Amino acid sequence: MNLLGKLSWSAIPFDQPIVMGASGGMILGIVFVLGLVTLKGYVPYLWREWITSVDHKRIGVMYLVLAMLMLLRGFSDAIMMRAQLAVAAGGAQGYLPPEHFDQIFSAHGTIMIFFVAMPLVIGLMNFAVPLQLGIRDMAFPTLNSVSLGLTASGILLTNVSLFIGEFAKTGWVAYPPLSELQFSPGVGVDYYLWSLQISGVGTLLTGINFVTTILKTRAPGMSYMRMPVFCWTALASNLLIVAAFPVLTAALSMLLLDRYLDFHFFSVDAGGNAMMYVNLFWVWGHPEVYILVLPAFGIYSEVSATFSGKPLFGYRSMVAATMVICVLAYTVWLHHFFTMGASANVNAFFGVASMIIAVPTGVKIFNWLFTMYGGRVRFTVPVLWTIGFMVTFVLGGLTGILLAVPPVDWQMHNSVFLVAHFHHVIIPGVVFAAFAGYTYWFPKAFGFKLDERWGRRAFWCWFIGFHVAFMPLYVLGLMGMTRRLQHYDVLAWHPWLLVAAAGVAIIFAGIVCQIVQLVVSIGAREELRDVTGDPWNGRTLEWSTASPPPAWNFAVLPRVAERDAYWTMKRLARAKQGEPAQAREYSAIELPNSSAIGLVTAFFAVVGGFALIWHIWWMAAFGVFGAFVALIVFAFRDEDEVEIPAERIGQFERMHKAEVTL
Amino acid sequence: MRYGLLLSVLIGAATLGGCTEGVLDPKGPIAAAERQILFNSLGIMLAIVIPTILATLGAAWWFRASNRRARYMPDFAYSGRLELLVWSIPIMTVLLVGGVAWVGSHDLDPPKPIASAVKPVRVQVVSLDWKWLFIYPEQGIASVNQLTVPVDTPVSFELTSSSVMNSFWVPQLGGQIYTMAGMTTRIHLQADHPGTYRGASANYSGEGFADMRFNVDAVPAEQFAQWVNTTRSAGPALDAQAYADLVKPSKAVAPVTYRSIAPGLFASILSSTMQADGLSQLTSVTSQRTGQ
Repeated sequence: MNLLGKLSWSAIPFDQPIVMGASGGMILGIVFVLGLVTLKGYVPYLWREWITSVDHKRIGVMYLVLAMLMLLRGFSDAIMMRAQLAVAAGGAQGYLPPEHFDQIFSAHGTIMIFFVAMPLVIGLMNFAVPLQLGIRDMAFPTLNSVSLGLTASGILLTNVSLFIGEFAKTGWVAYPPLSELQFSPGVGVDYYLWSLQISGVGTLLTGINFVTTILKTRAPGMSYMRMPVFCWTALASNLLIVAAFPVLTAALSMLLLDRYLDFHFFSVDAGGNAMMYVNLFWVWGHPEVYILVLPAFGIYSEVSATFSGKPLFGYRSMVAATMVICVLAYTVWLHHFFTMGASANVNAFFGVASMIIAVPTGVKIFNWLFTMYGGRVRFTVPVLWTIGFMVTFVLGGLTGILLAVPPVDWQMHNSVFLVAHFHHVIIPGVVFAAFAGYTYWFPKAFGFKLDERWGRRAFWCWFIGFHVAFMPLYVLGLMGMTRRLQHYDVLAWHPWLLVAAAGVAIIFAGIVCQIVQLVVSIGAREELRDVTGDPWNGRTLEWSTASPPPAWNFAVLPRVAERDAYWTMKRLARAKQGEPAQAREYSAIELPNSSAIGLVTAFFAVVGGFALIWHIWWMAAFGVFGAFVALIVFAFRDEDEVEIPAERIGQFERMHKAEVTL
Repeated sequence: MRYGLLLSVLIGAATLGGCTEGVLDPKGPIAAAERQILFNSLGIMLAIVIPTILATLGAAWWFRASNRRARYMPDFAYSGRLELLVWSIPIMTVLLVGGVAWVGSHDLDPPKPIASAVKPVRVQVVSLDWKWLFIYPEQGIASVNQLTVPVDTPVSFELTSSSVMNSFWVPQLGGQIYTMAGMTTRIHLQADHPGTYRGASANYSGEGFADMRFNVDAVPAEQFAQWVNTTRSAGPALDAQAYADLVKPSKAVAPVTYRSIAPGLFASILSSTMQADGLSQLTSVTSQRTGQ
């Protein structure tokens, strides 16, 4: 028996300079960072304050760091694809053979959806939702850390595939029969499947955690109809996670059974039916779109209200629209395959159902518009992202409705028109929102604002770059260009692809601006410091505490009397000005202990996942057993809470008050 | 008016790229109807989307914090009338486009035969790795990576796949349909003008996907009859052995024609099971890829 399963030296692509360069660079980068951290003596600090932390704010920040790093990886893939298509015209084959190009577009889609968009959204929810609800942590803080660990494990495995073995060459949807062992005998699909299975468990746990937190642990007086809209959208998004992710897990499990144990769920022969996978995949896949975009809508709601100096217009409509989308998300999955020969009635039903989702979405757009109407709009960077989103997204929605018309979809499906459409909704809908949220909540997380100038530059580069990169794809789609082409014969497409490549370069400039923005802001943090905890004149509870908030978030849990709780508090405080301030009594707070269980779980998940990918059975058993033992050991812990004495809380509060009044 | 503007923009964009082929330049009734639906839906939606974009920019700009002429209404957060408006505008738009979608889905349903006095030509399509096989069961001939059809004649396609999924798409003749192993899909298309139109697989199918394209030669009826005769008199026969060779994965395959076909070829590919006429290699067809 081979102790290393399918693994051998030939798994490392020594003969491919591009892959070796990329993975070499990545490994050097990791070694450099680890070395620097060790030499500077940051390890104990990182271990204590971050890696073992179960604080939702820290976990949120770590999700965002992961997402931003993966954005760089996914974006490098985009650059390589656009560069390939800029040269592979006519008879030319470009610089990427199909073997490599096919892995790149599969990795790009997988990484951008699962390891950029998801952690961006989950990270921001982690950071802001408990603060907005006026509570001290998530319902299950340690579980939260395990979720992060599992997401990171999926990310790590996907990136390991660059250096050891290969990634899937099936597209990010991995449709069988192509993804079956028969047609994809390599480990690429296994990397895809196990990465998603592991991170999928993490996401499901996150969903359960948020649903419980939002339904069960709000601050006193925070009734449902007083919750900030971001919390509503987080609730809807996590309800969708809880209901949709198990479907993905089940579909991928069946594909795993096909590949590992010769089952025939989706195979060509023995009664398998690949369309079953396609259905299951999109029963998860379409709600996934709303899992991402609903919290984004929440961010836009917060930003537009805060910077207009007004309450959100039509709060009830907004909540209703969110919950309607949450339900309708499950009624539209078939529009991803109108071209598979369903009957006219079925196609027409799902076409119309898909359009109906545009109604609550349209309502939201109008409500943001009327939120600005009669306001005093401050054109800060988050507002730029918001307005940029609104004007871009309505057009992306328009092309979406076009594609929801079955006869149009028959023509445009699988063409780059479709590629243009979903980037047209996901980039403004999710990525712009994440950047708005990042800029908006950054001072809350770190106590200083991000540099405005570089933020504006980043916005304009992204906004212009996006249009230059994706509008040509609409034209190309109408010209009949299909997606996932490694080279093409029609020379008329070439100029448009050159324009698209230029667009990617402009977006790249935007990313550079963002990196510069971060560096400049850290350098100038003293000038950008915000001691009040409320740099934007905010309306919701996260702005009522210090920046960065203490581990316990609120010294005394806020009592919520109205919507826009903090705005109301500020108004009442102004009314009471002059009255002598009452001396506050603080009591001790119990907080969950730090725990390494997240990291330990992640370790065993990576070991187990890697072993399963390479058929190293003893190691797989070790991974599973290790994770189980870790769980048992964790369950038998004696202490899981630490008490923060009242004096320390009082001291922190007095210091914060003193800073504010200075 | 906006409609016309839009049309000219779109058509302008397409011509600018030197594009004489594609969705906006239909050469048959199905593609033309689909283009019309595209324009109708687009027109309905632009009527609401463009004003929304302008209103967004307008509201944001007018109510900028530095504009002291704008009235600040810090408590303006609800208006029943506006709420009614914001719900009804998208509902009415969707009602219109939904109607277009419903009618269009039924009128242009791919399996629905095209109404015509001319008897349709039958073509059986099999997507192979990575090329297209077109079988003419009535003429008893076949071709690879080249489809010849008579103009003004409906063509009735039955499609399947020998292995992975592909999608049969000729943009200038009409929308696509998937090919899937063990299943038959159907589509009806027609060319109104003689010419050569580009066809391709639209659904990614693996390594040789980029070259998985074909030309559709739409020719006058008499020329089609001539082509059938020429094809019958020359070239190899598509018997069991030839099919077994053809089904092996290959990339960028030059067009070939076959003078004859094994009887029931399409049905046996579909079922992957064999009749007793010596086509028994077919059963092992799908397993061959495993080895390579």
